[in-house]
Amino acid sequence: MTTQEWKFTAKDIASKPDLFLSGHRACAGCGPASTLRLIMKATRGPTIVTQATGCMEIVGSIYPYTSWALPWLHTAFENAAANASGIDAALKIMRKKGKIKQEHIDIIALAGDGGTCDIGLQALSGAVERGHDFLFILYDNEGYMNTGIQRSSSTPTGAATTTTPAGKVIPGKLEKKKPITEIMLAHDMPYVATATAYYWKDMLTKVRKGLEVEGPAFLHVFAPCPRGWRTEPSKTMEYSKLSVETCVFPVWEAVNGKRQLSTPSKLIQLAPQKKRPVKDYLAGQGRFRHLFTPQNQHIMDEMQRLTDENWQRLTQKCEPA
Amino acid sequence: MSKERSWKELAIGGVCSKSSVGFLTGDWKTYMPVRDLEKCTKCLTCVMFCPEGAIKWKPEKGDIWFDFGFCKGCGICANECPTKAITMKLPQQEEGKVE
Amino acid sequence: MIQKPKQETIALNGDEAVALAAKQCDVDVVAAYPITPQTIIVEKFSEYVANGEVQTEFVCTESEHSAMTACLAAAATGARTFTASASAGLALMHEMLFVTSGFRAPVVMAIANRALSAPLNIHGDQSDSMAERDSGWIQIYVENAQEAYDSIIQAFKIAEDTEVSLPVIVGLDGFTISHTLENVSVFGDDPIKQFVGERQLPMVFTHEGKTVPYKLDPENPMTMGPNASPNYYFEFKRQQEEGMRNALKKIQEVNSEYSKLSGRSYGDGLLDTYSLDDAEIAIVVVGSTAGTLKVIVDQLRQEGVKAGVLRIRTFRPFPVEQLRSALKNVKTVAVMDKAMSFGGFGGAVFNEVRNALYDAEAHPTIVNYIFGLGGRDAKPRELRKIYDDLLQVNKTGNVGEPVRYLGLME
Repeated sequence: MTTQEWKFTAKDIASKPDLFLSGHRACAGCGPASTLRLIMKATRGPTIVTQATGCMEIVGSIYPYTSWALPWLHTAFENAAANASGIDAALKIMRKKGKIKQEHIDIIALAGDGGTCDIGLQALSGAVERGHDFLFILYDNEGYMNTGIQRSSSTPTGAATTTTPAGKVIPGKLEKKKPITEIMLAHDMPYVATATAYYWKDMLTKVRKGLEVEGPAFLHVFAPCPRGWRTEPSKTMEYSKLSVETCVFPVWEAVNGKRQLSTPSKLIQLAPQKKRPVKDYLAGQGRFRHLFTPQNQHIMDEMQRLTDENWQRLTQKCEPA
Repeated sequence: MSKERSWKELAIGGVCSKSSVGFLTGDWKTYMPVRDLEKCTKCLTCVMFCPEGAIKWKPEKGDIWFDFGFCKGCGICANECPTKAITMKLPQQEEGKVE
Repeated sequence: MIQKPKQETIALNGDEAVALAAKQCDVDVVAAYPITPQTIIVEKFSEYVANGEVQTEFVCTESEHSAMTACLAAAATGARTFTASASAGLALMHEMLFVTSGFRAPVVMAIANRALSAPLNIHGDQSDSMAERDSGWIQIYVENAQEAYDSIIQAFKIAEDTEVSLPVIVGLDGFTISHTLENVSVFGDDPIKQFVGERQLPMVFTHEGKTVPYKLDPENPMTMGPNASPNYYFEFKRQQEEGMRNALKKIQEVNSEYSKLSGRSYGDGLLDTYSLDDAEIAIVVVGSTAGTLKVIVDQLRQEGVKAGVLRIRTFRPFPVEQLRSALKNVKTVAVMDKAMSFGGFGGAVFNEVRNALYDAEAHPTIVNYIFGLGGRDAKPRELRKIYDDLLQVNKTGNVGEPVRYLGLME
């Protein structure tokens, strides 16, 4: 891990040419699109991106058009990490044989919550265990959005999706959100972090840190989906901010297992009165609309309880400032 | 069948042959952002958050520029602007006033 | 006159012969998962890696699906890749086989042909790769360990030819070839490395408006693996078919080139005919059983019976013209299938042969023998009986059941 902090301003970032180009077909107000566009600003040199099937993969590669201004590979849904493994192995050996002229090429694997937590978990676990040098970025919009908003293991409790609709008998998804970062931490990885686009400076710093790690790094980015969450397209970044302010999605990083809260969440820890109730986050999201009824109040209470519990556990695990 | 699409002409493996900057998504929008130059502090928040990259920073001009060819009218820029310098308006309201 | 490089004869089983061939072809990346009866391939190769005998990155993936993915991604980066599998492992790769072919990635894969579950069976039959005949992979089936060694080497040349650019499966019967020790003539490393040469990349036109080598390269960014709408998809598939058509020629060329080096040739590379010119009865077969049949044919010929064997070496692309030509004088043909296509009219090989001969000038009577499933041994006595059956058909004109089962407990 480099000890040199990457210092940058908004003007620095804004002056960098986009690597995820305009003209992609994402929905208006797409959280992942904004997130990916920003993430690509944190590249530091020659980079290869490999992606799993999903919203961001589809919208940027509708033949013959491409929104990717760097080498980009997509093969299937569950194997972004296996792609990265193959690329890493090829670059390593070809460099040894004198066939690659660049001294180092960064590898970024991108996948949604489906391609990471569910169908993609095996390949991810395998690639991390083998120690390949790549940064895996999960853009989490809490559902299989590209195929029509079906539930994933990353969908939060209480959310209505097309496979866990809020019906007369079952009010949405009952299971808890899979704690993917805990699973990745258990792999003894050099770098695991969470981020969200509203706090773009924090997010870009973490992308750069992940790239600088020699070995596997994992970044869980929270990216609201106005279409799937039934929110106003203009409020995407607002929900990104709310997720941190309500501690639904705290931002932190773990370097060699040592966890530290990142500034936006640190501020909440230091000033608990700033922690907003989960209800503020749920309001305005169509997928949680059914919770604002007397018979489902208990689910909202459960969500507040879970959020508080997770926040408690997290702050206990984090190193002091 | 156009020659461009013949199986004999296409690159194997489906390698993409056009950049998406040739595909204008600006006609998707209903509302468009209108900036009040007096209120704009050029903090570049809108440039950061635009999912399309349709708001560009022009260092040589020292100013930002809206590329309406790609703007889908989502309104994130208006919602996040710290000085509320951007408002979403219907294009016909802004006839002749487009920057 | 150019000196032919030296060969030495050593004892190897099919798996070991495959591993040695892959080693000598200077493979860049091997990503594989073990499965009986291919395990010796990956184990032997791991030894080469551990002893520094190869410059290869060996990735022990966590599943076959990831193994094929890693090979594909490595090939997309410009590397020469090799892997091996069998049975359920090949089945698990199924999705990625189509993707690899669609990518036109020249991955070479050895398949130690083994039965598919259920029930679980680790022994040899060809149901695993026969089930993948639509996947767009070239399929070459070998008769013995020597041919396994020779064919892996040839496979790289075939796959990497820019007019072909298709992945290749080299099938060797599980246990019968994979685990049976034979005398195999092998070369030193250098002549093979020279024969196979450096991987040449096809050229593609990218979104930057340039025509550049087809690989992931920050100097020449390109987007690989897009989604193609109904407006475009069909044409890419037609391109793969063109690769297959070019492969028919290329396989013959490589067989011929290699025979100049080694003194060994397998028919014309597509079909291996034995005693077929004036044969009245013949068996068409894929794989090691051909070896036993050739011995039986010798016996029959001594008895004055005009019998022959046609071993289909290249199953994909299917050599239609060559098959028609080879069988044009034969009156009655038995096609042997070491796999079943449930609910179909006979097995895969039977279907291909019959289909190919439908429009031919000569129309032999064709019957199908399903045999050897789950590794059930086909004894010489039983195989000989097939020829007797064919003679009966010739004599009586009565075909009987077109689809038969050899060695089945009725």
